[in-house]
Amino acid sequence: MPPAPKPVLKDYVPVFFPPRQGGAGASGGAEEARTSIVVVGHVDHGKSTLIGRLLADTGSLPEGKLEAAEKASREEGMPLEYAFLLDALLEEQAQNITIDTTRIGFRYEGQSFEIIDAPGHREFIKNMVTGAAAAEEAVLLIDAKEGCKEQTRRHGLLLSLLGVSQVIVAVNKMDLVSWDEVRFRELEKEIREYLGGLKIIPREVIPISAREGATVMRRDSKNLGWWKGPTLLEALVASRAKKSSGDEGPLRFSVQDVYRFDERRVVAGKLESGTIQVGDPVVFFPDRKTSRVKTIETWGEDQATTRVGAGRCVAVTLEEQIFVERGHVGSLPDHPPVESREVRARIFWLDAEPLRLQAPVTLRLGTQSVETRLVAIDRVVDADKLEAVKEAREEVGRFEVAEVRLRCRRPLVYDAHDQVAATGRFALQRGSRIGGGGIIIFAEYSLSLAKAVKAEHLTWTEGRVTSEARAAHFGHEGAIIWLTGLSGSGKSTIAVALESLLFRRGIGSMILDGDNLRHGLCADLGFSLEDRAENIRRAGEVAKLMAESGLVVISSLISPLRKEREAVRASSHSAGLSFAEVYINAPIEACEKRDPRGLYQKARKGEIRGFTGIDSPYEKPDNPDLILHTDKESVEDSVAKLLGHVLGLVQLKEKDQESAGGPGGQI
Amino acid sequence: MSYLQHLEDHSIYILREAFANFKNMAMPWSMGKDSNTLIWLAKKAFAGKIPFPLLHIDTTYEFPEMLSFREWARKHYELDLIVMINEEARKRGVGYETHDPVTVTHELKSAALQQALAKYKWDALVTGIRRDEDSTRAKERYFSPRTAENEWEYRDQPPEFWGQFTTAVGPGEHVRVQPLLDWTELDVWEYVRREGIPIPKMYFAQNGRRYRSLGCWPITKSIESSVDTIEGIVTELKTTKTSERAGRAQDHHERNAMQKLRAKGFM
Repeated sequence: MPPAPKPVLKDYVPVFFPPRQGGAGASGGAEEARTSIVVVGHVDHGKSTLIGRLLADTGSLPEGKLEAAEKASREEGMPLEYAFLLDALLEEQAQNITIDTTRIGFRYEGQSFEIIDAPGHREFIKNMVTGAAAAEEAVLLIDAKEGCKEQTRRHGLLLSLLGVSQVIVAVNKMDLVSWDEVRFRELEKEIREYLGGLKIIPREVIPISAREGATVMRRDSKNLGWWKGPTLLEALVASRAKKSSGDEGPLRFSVQDVYRFDERRVVAGKLESGTIQVGDPVVFFPDRKTSRVKTIETWGEDQATTRVGAGRCVAVTLEEQIFVERGHVGSLPDHPPVESREVRARIFWLDAEPLRLQAPVTLRLGTQSVETRLVAIDRVVDADKLEAVKEAREEVGRFEVAEVRLRCRRPLVYDAHDQVAATGRFALQRGSRIGGGGIIIFAEYSLSLAKAVKAEHLTWTEGRVTSEARAAHFGHEGAIIWLTGLSGSGKSTIAVALESLLFRRGIGSMILDGDNLRHGLCADLGFSLEDRAENIRRAGEVAKLMAESGLVVISSLISPLRKEREAVRASSHSAGLSFAEVYINAPIEACEKRDPRGLYQKARKGEIRGFTGIDSPYEKPDNPDLILHTDKESVEDSVAKLLGHVLGLVQLKEKDQESAGGPGGQI
Repeated sequence: MSYLQHLEDHSIYILREAFANFKNMAMPWSMGKDSNTLIWLAKKAFAGKIPFPLLHIDTTYEFPEMLSFREWARKHYELDLIVMINEEARKRGVGYETHDPVTVTHELKSAALQQALAKYKWDALVTGIRRDEDSTRAKERYFSPRTAENEWEYRDQPPEFWGQFTTAVGPGEHVRVQPLLDWTELDVWEYVRREGIPIPKMYFAQNGRRYRSLGCWPITKSIESSVDTIEGIVTELKTTKTSERAGRAQDHHERNAMQKLRAKGFM
């Protein structure tokens, strides 16, 4: 033991004050960008070995590290195992597998890389996801002898799901197949086809041997003389795609917190996308209150900042003292995000316990955290064949990928993943554990939002009776059944029959009839295109209110235009309501023959102008939830079909009834 | 955006997420360069005010120069600073004079931390660890749960992606919040240079030697160096191949010593 240090003198100054080189944005060594690369692939296809090789060849290993790996290899009774450079845990070294993800940096030809080692073992997929989600590029490794295996495909699928589309494929262990070009080309074809199905076009497919060091950094002219393409490192250097900064996207400012540590009221958050500058009018969702940015607060900077871009974590003060809290999302008025309780997403599930329909989970997106449940599983994807699993499913199992619909208890503010990636992806948490995640594949950007946004002084009052509580009280959910079709196609007949059948089953229902509405709410409207559009909008809003109150609303309006029907569907989904578009399909000849109110006759005579089907268009639904051919089947048959569909939408699952705890259980 | 800027923003994001999600957090502070960088980042994250206490675990083998630095920083940054010593272990005679470094480190650091956790009931601790320091630290998460026994269950870590972290813990458990995980030793120095962060003088050469990493005086070796500027440190680091913690004896006591220490609560 060395001698104890002497006490310091009374006037000793313990601090070194480095001269400041400048604050944010100043130049310096680490000012260069760094590319994160994840190495993925099936277990034992040589990921850790490749990374060890990359580090050793580029001279990036600290002194003693190689020796330590050699020593560990000897203790486990094997020749030098490059994987030991990364597989640090005793369990990893003893079993010679990677359990958890690692990151390590290296430099090559003046460029800086961070390499992420992701485990290939099926059991450790969650660690693979953790590693791959942080990467900008991926190297997918395939064993030349074994070929594409289960995890090769699953990792490919997860890469596409995690948004890592820059992929280089390395066909490893070429030494084990005698450096055979035919074998390589065969594998290249197979993997290109598979990745193509995921819309991933690999930048390069390269034959290598990580153990022998062939085509990693050095060329191997003796064994791989036939390979004229780049080495792996050349491909990595060349593939440093120009990263877009995200500044050009729409503003999405995720509020992390509001601090009041002194006289200031500071809104702290992250710019997920876009830029923000002093004076900008920022609308905070979901409350839609607007305020201008007064200052961008910085600490330790000499100069005031007036503008910041995507990726920055900032703190701002606002001109108007509006209510803002964690989970709010700031946007500029012209490109608002979607605000909806309904989310359509492609999810992956990692937890051993499956994710079941109707089971509560927490959806975490940016700084939002919302109670949600899985209400529909549209499609489960088989990672091996990339085919949809046909049979109806009640749950999403471990390591499965599925297209689903989720319903949130409060409106969620989001974007489609292909519009704004950072606000189009989320994690799902059950209990205290993150169990999966997903990307949002569809978002209904509302056109009428701009109007609402301008009404700065409006607030949304949230009742304490949840839709779940209402559903438990009434014994069914509310919904909108939107019948559309020509005049005389049978909408009213079917609506009337359905209403009484539902009512007899104890299901609260009500018809919303087009003509009836025109006697009151829409009495001020005529039949111009604008007025007809407004008529549909009002009908849609009324239907929504009634359905939210718990009723099954049967709307019976011609509603000839697709755009208007779609707007009502979007608005219903935003409110978390089920919406079914039912096409009452009867050819115009049949309708005209029936002509129950003599309207066709009048239209033909020219007494009515702008009559749908005669001198005004009817746009058939592209993708209705149900079609009823009233010219071919009896009214009874049509109504029976419709009743079955409606009951499927509104009847409670047994589990819901048990857990709801009686009327108003959630209050 | 430069990589250094990206690192700063991500660290600030992590600090704020921790403060928003945990009720009672604290930041252990070793006074080294990483620790001082953390203070700087916390000042930025919270607009000039660090809204939680700092904890210094005093092993009683601190360099006097570092204790002097501690008192300077307490005043300069207006820190709410708690100093914790494992008095019980010292009374039992645990010390470098008689025990091996792994045992002493465990007793005077990990056990002292455990005592502080029991006393203050923190649910989150901000640490300054980095992936490049040690290969088991490379396996860490930004938010890394610890059991009530202060143990790291490295065999079954929660997934972590897209800025979503483990923010809920059971009774007696806590989460290690690790904002510097992505930083390298070089990044830290370049950031210190960019920002002008005050750091202990011991990192700079006196009489031809300086400290690259600072710990307990009996087991921390200085290196031969004449470097007395940050510029010099950055240049030296770009050429050296010796690992940063080479001068820290407890890491090298046996194979996988760090894994064992860390599984038992060491930072």
